[in-house]
Amino acid sequence: MSETQLETPTPAADLKDLAQDIVRSAMAGGATAAECIIREGDEFSTLVRLGQVETLKEAGSKAIGVRVFRGQRAASTYSSDFSREGLDRMLNSALELAKITSEDPFAGIPEPQQLGSLAGDLDLYYADVYSLPGEERIDYARRAEKAALDFDPRIQNSEGGSFDAATGYKVMANSHDFVGEYRRSYCSVAAVPIARTEDGAMQRDYWFSVARNLGRLESPEHVGQVAAQRTLRRLGARKVKTAHVPVVLDPMVANSILGHIFEGINGDSVYRGASFLAGKLGQKIAGDQVTIIDDGTMRGGFGTAPFDGEGIPTRRTVVIENGVLKSYLLNTYTAKKLGLQTTANASRGLAGTPGIGPGNYFLQAGTKTPPEIIAAIPDGLYITEFLGHGANLVTGDYSRGASGLWISGGELAYPVEEITVAGNLKEMFNNISEIGNDLEFRGSMACPTIRIDGLTVGGE
Amino acid sequence: MDKNRFFFQHYGVTERDLEQYLAAALSAGGDYADLYFEYLSSTSLMVDESMVKSASQGISAGCGVRVISGERTGYAYTDDLSSERILHAARTAALIASGPAKTPSIGFQERQARSLYPITLPSVDAEITAKVELVMRADAAARACDPRIKEVRASYLDELRNILVVGSDGTFAEDSQPLARLNVGCIAKTETNSARGSSGGGGRVALDFFFGEKTPEYFAKESARQAILQLDAREAPAGEMEVVLGPGWPGVLLHEAIGHGLEADFNRKKTSAFAGLIGKRVASDKCTIVDNGTMPWRRGSLNVDDEGNSTQETVLIEKGMLKGYLSDKLSARLMGMANTGNGRRESYEHIPMPRMTNTYMLAGEDDPGDIIRSVKRGVYAVNFGGGQVDITNGKFVFSASEAYLIEDGQVTAPIKGATLIGNGPDVLTHVSMVGNDLKLDEGVGTCGKDGQAVPVGVGIPTIKIDRLTVGGTAKKDVGGFMQ
Repeated sequence: MSETQLETPTPAADLKDLAQDIVRSAMAGGATAAECIIREGDEFSTLVRLGQVETLKEAGSKAIGVRVFRGQRAASTYSSDFSREGLDRMLNSALELAKITSEDPFAGIPEPQQLGSLAGDLDLYYADVYSLPGEERIDYARRAEKAALDFDPRIQNSEGGSFDAATGYKVMANSHDFVGEYRRSYCSVAAVPIARTEDGAMQRDYWFSVARNLGRLESPEHVGQVAAQRTLRRLGARKVKTAHVPVVLDPMVANSILGHIFEGINGDSVYRGASFLAGKLGQKIAGDQVTIIDDGTMRGGFGTAPFDGEGIPTRRTVVIENGVLKSYLLNTYTAKKLGLQTTANASRGLAGTPGIGPGNYFLQAGTKTPPEIIAAIPDGLYITEFLGHGANLVTGDYSRGASGLWISGGELAYPVEEITVAGNLKEMFNNISEIGNDLEFRGSMACPTIRIDGLTVGGE
Repeated sequence: MDKNRFFFQHYGVTERDLEQYLAAALSAGGDYADLYFEYLSSTSLMVDESMVKSASQGISAGCGVRVISGERTGYAYTDDLSSERILHAARTAALIASGPAKTPSIGFQERQARSLYPITLPSVDAEITAKVELVMRADAAARACDPRIKEVRASYLDELRNILVVGSDGTFAEDSQPLARLNVGCIAKTETNSARGSSGGGGRVALDFFFGEKTPEYFAKESARQAILQLDAREAPAGEMEVVLGPGWPGVLLHEAIGHGLEADFNRKKTSAFAGLIGKRVASDKCTIVDNGTMPWRRGSLNVDDEGNSTQETVLIEKGMLKGYLSDKLSARLMGMANTGNGRRESYEHIPMPRMTNTYMLAGEDDPGDIIRSVKRGVYAVNFGGGQVDITNGKFVFSASEAYLIEDGQVTAPIKGATLIGNGPDVLTHVSMVGNDLKLDEGVGTCGKDGQAVPVGVGIPTIKIDRLTVGGTAKKDVGGFMQ
């Protein structure tokens, strides 16, 4: 491609042609099936700290990947070099590499009739995330930080306020004549204040807003104020005695529990028996009120796309209904391994075999407000942050560092830290006894406030 | 200037070009500018169910341009190494400054570089069939260990990163950085129980490392051993107790509890719990901790950091007293301290910042057996998953994946994985014994900071911590750890 083409903001037609060319060349070179993916993106980010611009970053990049099959053998390669020689080398390496992998009876691309792309505008792309003049972008970051610094005299320091914007374009083509494309945009504003007590102890927390267009972004002032409140409530945190009490997870940390369920019902862990949820279809695995949906089709969603990583239209899947496991989340390979149909959850980078990723994956909201859930607990822990990654999906064993607020007499009493929370995910999923009404998407996974009983809180 | 000159040879870059790019980067003023050229090639193989299911190779190349003006950093990058695109990136990064153009120093000075990983044939260029043999052997060896090993996933990853860093201060540094790693994950199953094990290692080594020093069978046996052991693990205790850490990978404690908090950027901004503690006691006098980027063949080592400076051995804590921070160019200049050669970045798309290399505690004088015998009731943790730290309040965690109870001075039953949590600035003040058996990890560590991942190493001798919170599930009883 020439330099002038690279300057053009929408080289879409060229890249679609290129992806199809690569697939045709792969087939001509001896492949029995092939897929090509091209990604192009621009990013802008700025960080303002104590009122001064600290970093400004702006760039664009583009890369291409190909996956080829020789019968039941597959291999993949990728490159950021779009010169003729670069593309030839990528293709030839893939064709060579596919000679040394194993014959896998389940390997292959989807059937032609499975392929396609959701029709209509999915509300995923807004050019306005990139439209602001430089000074105004910086101002978003500055305003968020200032709102946090102005909120309380105990906030004198900060890791800054930030504004980020990005656009991405993806093309996919395969040897069943599928070719699809989509664009997505994203922008976010965040603040990370630091509060300090008189004795010098510091606490840090954050808040952010993220949206597909500028108009839906929360005001930087609101973001900064929430960040300040979240930080201030941690000041003076203490340890507690080891105890067995109910815990309430705020939506940001409750998301991680939803994430563990995702890992556990992901076809890749299921067919290998690497999850304690393998083989549990149709069985009760979570509390009665737990209904989990994965929906890749929601207009404007952070996990929405017209087709998955294999070119299959995305869909809505009920994963858990009233505590009963209804469906795993699958791609073509894991579906074949399990004798099921794909749920169009294939995810992929430029190279490697497709993995499994969520669409818009969420726990359905309940009816109680978070204060109502807390009010029912005489003695317990409200968790606002987890530290570390101590979840074992093979055994269900769960142990993580935590901080938050102690619940006493149905109210948030004082901040706590340097404690652990431990249990077993098998019981924890079943012990989700309350679900809040505060479901809100800040990414492709979303969970309301939840209460879990039967955990060990480790402290002094 | 002779040597490698990768970008001169393959992309026709000349010294004159470099001077021109730096001039464009300083066209709006600015105190300093640099260019980071990177060409990364990599291979990855995965065997699952005794089949090589995935094989991939890739190439990514690009150039990042940074301009520093006071405390401000402008950054832009391109994955197209043509003059037009690099100049465009340089002019974009230049906008961070607003003043008259500056002229970069004329003529580059190349540093006398170390040669910590002298490899004639980088593993990325080695025969793929040899790499296939490694993963297949790992699979077979793990399955042969025990009939209860039902699932094995073995992977092999390697890369070669060619870099060129040039700066407006005359910096000129090239390096060719190999990295390879073999990993084996196992799942053991009985009718009633399942458990997992994992082992792996490597470094900045050639492929023959895995055929000689550390074979696939070595990692496979270790992975299978851990999975089988975990089948019978008991509930871990909960609460504060004596903890003994085994040698090697448990050094991740130092990385989380101490290392991150001593990265200069956090201390310049006074956002670290360690800010202002230089010269103060932060550990018992048995503890001396260093960060050392100059260890041959190690995963965390570098001949030059990603700003073109030589790496070094830096004493962080000497006999319990806090001695120094880990710095990069920006923090060294702003804080008026020496540059320790710890400026690192994930790729040309990223702004460098102070990062660890290989971080470890020096050996002490205690016999490891005596350390165990000194504990009445506690936990002996020998293998860990990852960890995490909140550098502002100092709280850190690390997750034990293989641990045992110590009862009356004897190592007894294996316990389930548990998170250990503590406070960075004081956890090491409770270290009462330090073993004479310093060991470094096998070469698997990857550290994440601000979304950037870089390879690192850790190490530690056997140590005893008198007080640390263990995050188990068992109820603690006066008689011991009852279930």
